[in-house]
Parts: sequence; structure tokens; C-alpha cells
Amino acid sequence: MSTTTREISIGDVAARGAEGASKVESERMALNVGPSHPTTHGVLRLVMELNGDLIEKCEPVLGYLHRGDEKIAENMTYNQFVPYTDRLDYLSPLANNVAYALSVEKLAELDVPERCQAIRVLVCELARISSHLLGMGVFGMDAGAWTPFMYTFTEREKLYTLFEELTGARFTTSYTRIGGVARDVPDGWLDRVIKFCDELPKAIAEVEKLLTRNRIFIDRTEGIGVISKDDALAFGMTGPNLRASGIDLDLRKDKPYSGYERYDFDVPIGTKGDCYDRYLVRIEEVKQSIRIIKQVIADFPDGPWYAEDARKIFAPPKEKILSSMEELIQNFMIVTEGPQVPAGEVYFEAENPKGALGFYIVSKGGGVPYRMKIRAPSFCNLSILEKLAPGHMLSDITVILGSLDFVMGECDR
Amino acid sequence: MIDEDFTNGILQKHPFLNKVSHADCLCLSCPPEHWMEIAEFFCHEETFDMLVDLTAIDQGEEKENRFTVVVHCYSRIHRDYLRIQSDCLDSESPKMPSLSSVYPAADWHERETFDMFGIEFTDHPNLKRILMWDEYPYYPLRKEFPLAGIDTPLPADDVVEVTQASVEPAPMMGGPFVTQGSGPMSDSEPRAKDESWTEETEKSR
Repeated sequence: MSTTTREISIGDVAARGAEGASKVESERMALNVGPSHPTTHGVLRLVMELNGDLIEKCEPVLGYLHRGDEKIAENMTYNQFVPYTDRLDYLSPLANNVAYALSVEKLAELDVPERCQAIRVLVCELARISSHLLGMGVFGMDAGAWTPFMYTFTEREKLYTLFEELTGARFTTSYTRIGGVARDVPDGWLDRVIKFCDELPKAIAEVEKLLTRNRIFIDRTEGIGVISKDDALAFGMTGPNLRASGIDLDLRKDKPYSGYERYDFDVPIGTKGDCYDRYLVRIEEVKQSIRIIKQVIADFPDGPWYAEDARKIFAPPKEKILSSMEELIQNFMIVTEGPQVPAGEVYFEAENPKGALGFYIVSKGGGVPYRMKIRAPSFCNLSILEKLAPGHMLSDITVILGSLDFVMGECDR
Repeated sequence: MIDEDFTNGILQKHPFLNKVSHADCLCLSCPPEHWMEIAEFFCHEETFDMLVDLTAIDQGEEKENRFTVVVHCYSRIHRDYLRIQSDCLDSESPKMPSLSSVYPAADWHERETFDMFGIEFTDHPNLKRILMWDEYPYYPLRKEFPLAGIDTPLPADDVVEVTQASVEPAPMMGGPFVTQGSGPMSDSEPRAKDESWTEETEKSR
């Protein structure tokens, strides 16, 4: 029997060179996808072993976006690290900012006022909508449907205009500070959020018309990439991917933070755990997020929007710094020495759009963490790929990757 | 939430465990020889069936037991986290049994910990670097590793042949500027961690 060895490579030269040595026997084929490939949603590289069109082995290769965020965190004060959290899951920077601030505040045992909590819940849910809109859009694109992406991207664009108005930046928002947020909501902004939430269901309905009962889409996603309950738990999956497998775990309900217990919402769960279920769960989560946002705005608390009594943690607003000696000193100390946090350890997870984003902070006191581990949901969600992909057709891998909705910025850190 | 009775029950059943007091969740310190046994106990007999995080802490070169491996598990019944930590006995070539047979999620986390700290997880099915490339010679999250990085050969020989390039340390220009120590104000103002390297002088390393 003749032996053929073929290698088809998509991606850059360095990746091709590194893979060049692999030899596969009989009719099998080694296929290298990435690290730069549209279906991988970032710089993920997959080294696959194919038997005809069937995937026999799939090994994800990570690290192409590794920047050493954890090392960087050990070398700067708590507030200085906020911009780095933007760049974890860069599709929902606001949610990362909030998760990070909450972790440090938990370590400092600091409670922020209700208005600050409400602002944070609001931006978290807006970030969730923005992330899911993109996630669903590109998922449709991965399955061959271009049009829904246009609808979801248009809506996401409106959200980014709202983010810009609130934070001054569209993408890398850096909105939270330890003990509060960077600034209060601008005048009339809440009305514009309400207007957006009123218009969004129309766009979602269009997307649903295009995808949810679309025969081609269902054929490509139903029964593909089925993750059982046990597997999902064993591999530490979280977020919509875990819930699509039928496990009712949402930290907003189970371990409420930032006042989520005040709002009424449902947690959608799937039944089969296939790609289609993961899509349905995300669609429903967007609708639930709209529900939460409307409740937050309907009952938006007055009062301070940062922890006023946390004199060693939160720098007061600029107008106070410029007019009062006490606040000027306070600001100087916080900028130079960082927010003063007691020694100890803390682990905190927040329910982010991609799953549970966790921060494990070890502090020896002072303004700089001794060690900070970032528990990235995409990292854990991707680890199942080695088990999930074998047995599927090569064309299914795009759909599976799309449905897992991962972000490499967070995965590689 | 985990209550006092639960904790006491666990401590009675496993007398070698020590409770470490932390405000956020139950934290137990476990000798490395019981590491597997405890993981199996919490995963199968108790309800902590989700391993959410596994990492390590470098306590500093001068410490006797330099590396501590830390695991966080979540129980959907208790709705709470559990932290188990264990010191690696040998600081020169730290080792710890791999939990990947109990929690498949530990597989990638242990690879990352090996990659960043050089802790070898015995019986791990595929212990190799995950974020850095395979040939990388250092363990970046160890405390002695400089923030800017160390000049390292590029992993691609053909590229090196043409460009003579290597992986260079980041241009830190003396930064980041962080307050250090808790002496008098004049000593504790923000300064560069590595002052040997500024815009005028090259980095000494």
C-alpha cells in the first residue's frame, strides 16, 4: 500500500515551518489551521489529523496572543491594571472592568453605594448584549449566513456609541476604578439606553427570522458538537456554553454580586448541548439582559456613585481635587501608592458574557498585588476542544468554534 | 454557603488538613502526599465537582518551600468555592501529582502552571508548555524573571538565518513606576523597579 503524506497549511510562515516535520501514515492527512484564520476568531492554531473528511485528532495550540498580563499585574498598582482588563475579553471590556474592580473590592472588604452597583450592572448587561450580538453574528457567518451579521453589527455599533458617551472610548473603556467608576452617567444617557433597548428586539427578531428556523442553519448546527452535562462540568466550562448543556449555573443567580439579587430575570438553559442550543441560549440571554437593563433604569438609585468613605482606595472627582487640600492629598497618595488593600487572598468570579471570569489575588498589603491569577473562561471552554472535535467533519469545526464563542485575548492573557 | 459544621466535619475526617483563615472562602492547606486523595474526596464524595482554577504562587527565592499550588473548586450545592493549597517540597525541581485524572479541567491549568512556574505535575498525560513555545528556556512568572523579559532565540530557525533576529526584552524605559516599600515618604515615592535601564543607558542584563 502506498503511503502519501500531505500537508495543507493555512496561516503564516512561522506556523507552517513549525508544523513542517509532522508525518502521517496511510491516507491520513495533517491539517494545520491558523494561527491567523478567519474561523478561529483570533490567533488560535489547530493541528488536526484528518481521515478523509473526518477529524481524528485535534490539538489546539495557544499562546500567540500571550502578553504576560499576570506578570504585568504584579508590577503595577491596582488602578493601573484596569486598562489591561479591557484587553482580556476585548468584546466585553466593561464586564471585565467590573469583574476586576469587584475582586479587589472584595479583598478590601469595601462596599460601593447602590448607584455605583446599578451603573455596574447596567454596563455589564450592555457588554453582554454587545458580546452576544457579535458572537451570534459571526456564528451565523461561520455557518454560511452573512446577513444576520449585518443586523447584529449595526446594533452593536449603536451600543458602542453609547459606550463612547459614557466612558470616552468605544472599545477599551477602562471604566471602573477600585471603589467606584470613572465618572457618573451623563445627562440623558439612560434615556438613550432605554431607546436602544426598545429598538433592539426588532433587530433580534430579524436575526431570529434569518437563523432560528433556517433549514440550512439548523442542519449545520443541530446535533453537532454535543457536550454532555458531565463533560461540561468536568472540563470546567462556564457561561452560555455550560448552560446550553443543561446545567443551571449562573453566578448572577447563585452567588449574586453588585446587587443582581434585586433584579428579576430568567436563566435560559439548553437541553442537548449542541451548537444550536448554544445559539438559542445566547439569543435568550440578550432578551433577559434587556429585561435587567429596563429594571435597573426604572429604579435607578440616587446618591453617590463611588465609595466616599474609602479615602485610601478611591481618588475623589477632579473638581474636588482642584478645590480642596484634603482631597488633593488623598488623590496624590492613591495615584502614587495605589489603592491601599489589606494583606490576604481572594478569589472572585463574575458571570461574564463568555463565562465566569475569575481573579485570584494574593496581596501582602499595599497598592500592588503580590500575585494575580486571571481565570479566563475562554481558556477553560476551549480545553474541551481536544475531546469534542474528533468524530466531526472538517466543515463542522468552523461551526463548533463559532458556537463556543471564545476570545483569544482572554485565553492567552 | 459552607458553614462551621461542614468545615469541622471535613477537618475531623482528614486530620492532616489545616484550615487557613481567609475571608472569601474556605481555605484548606494539604500536605502534597495527600493531594490526590483530597481531590478525589472533594470531587466524588463531596459536591465540589467543578475545578474552576488551578495555579501556583512563587513565595520568593528565599523561602524554604518556594512554590505553593492552589486549586479552586466550586460546589453547585453549597454555592461556594473551596480553596486547597499545598507547598511543593522541593524548591529546586518542584513536583506535584497531577489532578487531571480526577478533574479533566486540570489538564490545561497544570500545563499553564508548568509553563509559568516550572512545576512538574507527575502523571500528567501531556505536560508541555501551553502559552510559551516549547523551546522557551525560562519560567516567566517566577519572581526572579524580569518584567521586560530576557533575550531569547527565536523558535524559527529559517527566520533567524535571514533576519538574525531574537526575542528581545520589551522597551520598558525604566517603567513601570511603582511605589515600593513602606519607609518614609521620601523613600517610597514611585520609582522604576529596574533603574539600570533608561532612555540614555542600555539595560544592564
